[in-house]
Amino acid sequence: MAEPLLQVQGLGRRFDISRPWLNRVLERQDRQFLTAVADVDFTINRGETYALVGESGSGKSTIAKMVVGLLPPTSGRIVFDGQVMAGTEGASMRALRRRFQMIFQDPFASLNPRWRVGEIIAEPIHRFGLLRGSAVTNRVGELLETVGLSAQDAEKYPHEFSGGQRQRIAIARALSSKPEFIVCDEPTSALDVSVQAQILNLMRDLQDELGLTYLFISHDLSVVRHMANRIGVLYLGRLVEEAEGKALFRAAHHPYTRMLLDAVPDLALSGRRRQPVEGEIPNPIDPPPGCSFHPRCPLVMDRCRTGTPPVIATQTGRAACHALTLAADV
Amino acid sequence: MSAPLLSVRDLIVEFPTRRGTLRALDGLSFDIAPGEVLGMVGESGAGKSLTGAAIIGLLEPPGRIAGGEIRLRSERIDTLSPDAMRRIRGKRIGMVFQDPLTSLNPLYTVARQLTETIRTHAPVSEAEARKRAVALLDRVGIPAAARRIDDYPHHFSGGMRQRVVIALALCAEPELVIADEPTTALDVSVQAQIIDLIKEICAERGASVLLITHDMGVIAETADRVAVLYAGRLAEIGPVREVITNAAHPYTRGLMGSIPTLTQETDRLVQIPGAMPRLTAIPQGCAFNPRCREVMDRCRTDRPEALTTGEGRQVACWLHADDAQEAARG
Amino acid sequence: MNRIARAWDSDIAWSFRHSPVAVVAAVVSLGMILAAILAPWIAPHDPFNPASLNLMDGFTPPGQPNAFTGNSYLLGTDDQGRDILSTILYGTRISLFVGLSAVLFAMVLGISLGLLAGWKGGWVDSLLMRIADVQLTFPAILIALLIFGVARGFIPPGSREQMAIWVLIISIGLSEWVNYARVVRGAAMVEKNKEYVQAARVIGVHPVRIVARHILPNVMGPVLVIATIGLALAIIAEATLSFLGVGVPATQPSLGTMIRIGQKFLFSGEWWILLFPALTLLALALSVNLLGDWLRDALNPRLR
Repeated sequence: MAEPLLQVQGLGRRFDISRPWLNRVLERQDRQFLTAVADVDFTINRGETYALVGESGSGKSTIAKMVVGLLPPTSGRIVFDGQVMAGTEGASMRALRRRFQMIFQDPFASLNPRWRVGEIIAEPIHRFGLLRGSAVTNRVGELLETVGLSAQDAEKYPHEFSGGQRQRIAIARALSSKPEFIVCDEPTSALDVSVQAQILNLMRDLQDELGLTYLFISHDLSVVRHMANRIGVLYLGRLVEEAEGKALFRAAHHPYTRMLLDAVPDLALSGRRRQPVEGEIPNPIDPPPGCSFHPRCPLVMDRCRTGTPPVIATQTGRAACHALTLAADV
Repeated sequence: MSAPLLSVRDLIVEFPTRRGTLRALDGLSFDIAPGEVLGMVGESGAGKSLTGAAIIGLLEPPGRIAGGEIRLRSERIDTLSPDAMRRIRGKRIGMVFQDPLTSLNPLYTVARQLTETIRTHAPVSEAEARKRAVALLDRVGIPAAARRIDDYPHHFSGGMRQRVVIALALCAEPELVIADEPTTALDVSVQAQIIDLIKEICAERGASVLLITHDMGVIAETADRVAVLYAGRLAEIGPVREVITNAAHPYTRGLMGSIPTLTQETDRLVQIPGAMPRLTAIPQGCAFNPRCREVMDRCRTDRPEALTTGEGRQVACWLHADDAQEAARG
Repeated sequence: MNRIARAWDSDIAWSFRHSPVAVVAAVVSLGMILAAILAPWIAPHDPFNPASLNLMDGFTPPGQPNAFTGNSYLLGTDDQGRDILSTILYGTRISLFVGLSAVLFAMVLGISLGLLAGWKGGWVDSLLMRIADVQLTFPAILIALLIFGVARGFIPPGSREQMAIWVLIISIGLSEWVNYARVVRGAAMVEKNKEYVQAARVIGVHPVRIVARHILPNVMGPVLVIATIGLALAIIAEATLSFLGVGVPATQPSLGTMIRIGQKFLFSGEWWILLFPALTLLALALSVNLLGDWLRDALNPRLR
């Protein structure tokens, strides 16, 4: 039943953020690296929505970029439908590329302002040679109607549309190569809530109709809860907890997840008691040793300051926390 | 009810453009009581930031106040000279913006900016001003304030910078603080801290707050009353709990339903059809009528007044014409 | 709405119609360009046909009959008896040709290298930009002079006359490419990180195609501004070089050549030989420059 479509194994990415060579020599500095993603494992099954949630510096966008091949990983590997993704060219890679797509955060930057909407949507069709001639125009019209716009809109330029309409155009472009898997990088965080609702509903409808699989990246826990079947929580480049969708919100295991949940404004005015959030995210260039969450953690112990916590199974998924390991041992 | 601290009546803000004059705010009226936190929500283009800018006299030209009046403690401030307005800004009305960097001068230390502001508005010595500044930074939660006061803005993290801005807004002991999307640029966990801080510190000093945001959650956590704007007009105003749990205007109801929450189980989010009209094409009658599920004939021709339906509660919707009459009689 | 109506209604056309300076500048430059193109048909005389020249006509003051021949010329004649008006028309033609060609050459070179530096980054970028920095420390005219001198050394003396104009174009072009390259590089670095470029990379569009089809159209705005102002600069550079005697040969006088010839007679009373070509150059350079200034403001969203 659960057939894995995307497997991410031991994924890591380091960025060289050193100053230029000449400055380093003159100022006697060493090379500097930023570890954006470290040792991340997860599997996405066909037809499900897997969400990665985290704050700034969590590495969620870096993972998205590596999954679609915009950035090469420095360690680990990504397996798409049994094929290891490596390199950027070659016929097999080209065939693979047709099967995944990406939707971006900022609909004002994701559409080329000099292109007509029709040309934008048709680019993947041309790139993969899927259709020719008037068939392309028809398909573009069809796609525009699928996302709730009209076929005549193909003649217009992006600036003639609102943010929500532009995001629909971006979705139409993503669908045009008939992909199975779409990486959605904060697809609604630049939109107003009522528009967000339209886009989220559309994305779910499309998933049901076309059997799509989503990797959904977001910082918004309420949106993630609404969309995801399974959720991975990232903190400073590491996966700290993974759980089945709604279960995460009933019983969060990792103290960071609990803190995140407590930080979400209480719209229901339920008056639930919440632990005040402490501190800020440390600078990822120089993360704390051991468990990188330990300076903000209410459960901090000596071993958290030295050793990276192992991943252990929880009732709802898995988590990486010394306190949980200790509780499991007892 | 005591005399309002800020009173806005029939405020009209217009932008002359080459294709005619756009009315960005159209007949907006509301009061803020002393010590009250008034939330103002609306989608982009609804006019919430313009309201803040109009109050503090910082409308970007060619925008101008074309009608109505703004009173601070019953003194008209919309007709003041730019010089007189400058004295009120900072002294009697403090400001916190979304991007802390627009409020802080990157070339000066935090100490210099704080002491200068304190000394512009109060006759104190340099040493006294510095003492006050350190106390204020300490109050807004900057660790080791006495040392960090001599740092430049870029030495602070985003959350800490916003704390500095809050200190700067409060250092002249203003009666009103206008906070325009103060937490939008911040991470979820930091956002919660800043909301709590604004709420606490203004209550402590008896300052009223106009909290402008697109995030209903932030309003729910912070505000006493909330005003909902739509297309430059007031849709609804009332106590936060009432508006959230029992919204009267169909737009507010749609808006509330479109927000995914951590507690409710919904398969589909409520969707308001269409999009907010552009300022060039505001429909006749009620601006919301083409998107409204409960639209009546009258809505297409007559613009609804803000009808008082209860204590501090107004709704601009014909559905409530009867309630309003009842409230007037009772 | 058809295309023309839409263009007429666009923001840029509106801004043009409401800027008297831009309209006057455009009318003047267009008029001069037209006059230059049509010179062979509208010029009253052919200043390059020795058969039609009469030395006796030399030094005729503007608007007065010649003391010997009785011929009258609107703007007078020079020492060789050439009609100043006709010479100006032909000279503008040469000045404009050299200016436009030099700008085109500088544009193509600058845009290509700018795109390369902006897209590739790393050492390619460092290398190109250091070259640009070094070149910018010298005045453009000095660079043009240097290149002109070096290039002439490689050309056999027999063909120098014919090649002179092309060498001039390349010299001016090489002295101006840096401006284009820097602006294009900066804009390309911004554009390449935008999400629409990433969207093209996700589906594996070839980098050359991404640069040509996605990035290039989005960096052309500022390039047009520099090109307009660059045209004025190139025309002046050409005039300067010709004035210094290293430009176009005297048999094909440009405005600069005419000014050089004219200044010899300034103190002997024949002021018109210098004044009219100089005024023409001034009007041409000024109107093109003003047009460039307007374009820069009109395309700047912050000034709208």
